[in-house]
Amino acid sequence: MTPVQVLFIISSLALLGLGFMVVTTRNLVRAALYLIGTLFSVAVVFVLLEASFLAVVQVVVYIGAIAILFIFAVMLTRRVMQDTGSQTNSNWPWAALVALLLFGGLTYILTSWSGSSAEAPALSSQSDMVTELGKALVNPDAYILPFEVASILLLAALIGAVVVAWDRD
Amino acid sequence: MVPLSWYLIVAAGLFCLGLYGVLSRKNMVAILMSVELMLNAININLIAFWRYQDPARIVGQAFAIMVFAVSAAEVAVGLALVISLYRRRKIVIAENVDLMKW
Repeated sequence: MTPVQVLFIISSLALLGLGFMVVTTRNLVRAALYLIGTLFSVAVVFVLLEASFLAVVQVVVYIGAIAILFIFAVMLTRRVMQDTGSQTNSNWPWAALVALLLFGGLTYILTSWSGSSAEAPALSSQSDMVTELGKALVNPDAYILPFEVASILLLAALIGAVVVAWDRD
Repeated sequence: MVPLSWYLIVAAGLFCLGLYGVLSRKNMVAILMSVELMLNAININLIAFWRYQDPARIVGQAFAIMVFAVSAAEVAVGLALVISLYRRRKIVIAENVDLMKW
């Protein structure tokens, strides 16, 4: 076992354990904190995949913005839903069955797929990669159109969120 | 070196946890949290395939950034809806939202 593999196993166990706590914890504030842990483990997995820029974006956007938004929403809506009652609806055994079947099927397909044992090709250099990504995002021959569409989507969502949550009375 | 299948299996596990959460949770905020788990699983898949197939082409990272933007938009609008419903009807349970049912 190489150190990278050990690190991968530790981070993926943390990822799956914390993810399990997110979907099963009764207390939603705790679920939000477990969510932060899960997102951080995902950032570690990005680092292991040598996508350093995306790991930073993961920490800044997901943990810095989205998780904080979740904590605010939990605290604003806390009083109705007491943490003592059942947090799952009556369909939860079926949901667990569907999730387990999907995981079993995906694992079966992935372990029998021949391309899954491929070796990763060598990366040129890390700073080079970020430059390439930045160039590709504003290059008219590459991804400028999806990039601009995503910007407009974010702007529309921003305005929409303000309008929806506006307290008119 | 970690094989590609390990990343894909971890991402599949995270996706299935999110799926279970979406299908079984009552609270709308918890459902949105589970959707976030699924989107993160998708991002791990995108980055893993980018790294193992062709790192010179940047498409995997570019698409992962689009997923970031879309999930931020989704959370902003979703939580605004939850807060609006809570303020007007005191609802946070997804089953009780039947304003558009007739």
